[in-house]
Amino acid sequence: MEFLTRVQWSPYAVGVGIGILSWFTFFISQKPIACSTTFARLSGMIKMLFRGRKVELGPYYQKFKPVVDWQMMLVSGIVIGALLSALLSGDLHWQWVPLSWETAFGTDPLLRTVMALLGGIIIGFGSRWAGGCTSGHGISGTLQLAVSSWISAVCFFIGGIVTAHLIFGLIG
Amino acid sequence: MQSKNVKTKRFSNTSTLLWGLAFGIVFGFLLQKGGATKYDVIIGQLLLADFTVLKIMLSAVVTGMIGIYAMKSLGRVQLNPKSGSAGMNVIGGLLFGVGFAILGYCPGTIAGAIGNGYLDAAVSGLAGILLGAGCFAALYPRLSQGILKKGDFGDLTLPRLFKVNEWLVVIPVAVLIVLLLYWLERAGL
Repeated sequence: MEFLTRVQWSPYAVGVGIGILSWFTFFISQKPIACSTTFARLSGMIKMLFRGRKVELGPYYQKFKPVVDWQMMLVSGIVIGALLSALLSGDLHWQWVPLSWETAFGTDPLLRTVMALLGGIIIGFGSRWAGGCTSGHGISGTLQLAVSSWISAVCFFIGGIVTAHLIFGLIG
Repeated sequence: MQSKNVKTKRFSNTSTLLWGLAFGIVFGFLLQKGGATKYDVIIGQLLLADFTVLKIMLSAVVTGMIGIYAMKSLGRVQLNPKSGSAGMNVIGGLLFGVGFAILGYCPGTIAGAIGNGYLDAAVSGLAGILLGAGCFAALYPRLSQGILKKGDFGDLTLPRLFKVNEWLVVIPVAVLIVLLLYWLERAGL
């Protein structure tokens, strides 16, 4: 079981593992691996804390009800699985500023925090606009050969590659 | 008692939830072992310096696609392709990409990053995604009949687009992905 304590596996082993996992999610749960709808449902639950039941009458929350479903448990499971893996390999780090960020923009945790908030808002908004994220469109949708997912996945990377080069090339 | 029946069911049934949790644990374990829970690995991909993310995604797509189309041909599973439109997938996809590069995590890997202990993900990144999703929900009534409908193509798949047997798409796509991965390795990326 030595492989469980290794910090990193071959990306191909990981990818094939995720592919096989998707067979089981389709076969057992009739669902593709996907994540971003969960954040829409959670946003509805948070709004309900402040504004009550009328929130779920909104058109978007009629489509994606603020309830705990299979996918929300999948996303919760990701936190646990990553924690387990990191613990087993001694790769758990309490860290505010990632290394490549630090090299380009310095060690100030506030700057990283503000930018992560901004990036989070844009990716949260964009994932709902596109109707999926790197897992829902990028893996599960493309493997079903969905046109919507191939277009989205290509645009994720075009937007991401151009923006990353702008940030790190011009500013960093 | 009457009013209890009209209340929204807050939870799916227990076995559905437990399967979701179990699959999530495996998914999170794999993402962390692949390095995809790390900002440095994701930014390395977007800067075209480290191709780990693409290797993980493409090998997952090849493996998943062949198995799922095989099960579909045997009548064991049904596909569930997402509907889309040019307005949705192009604009939403590009916006997503901009956020992806600034945040350095995506909605799935941020959950893994939280498990990995990364505080930028756990505090502000997560708050940002929730805010962004909440804003979209608020704007949805205004967007849904306009820009999101532009160039609508429904839940089209590539085999239906080309009007061919699905294996005539599955096999060439699998071959192309394997060739691309082989080329990436040959190029030392």
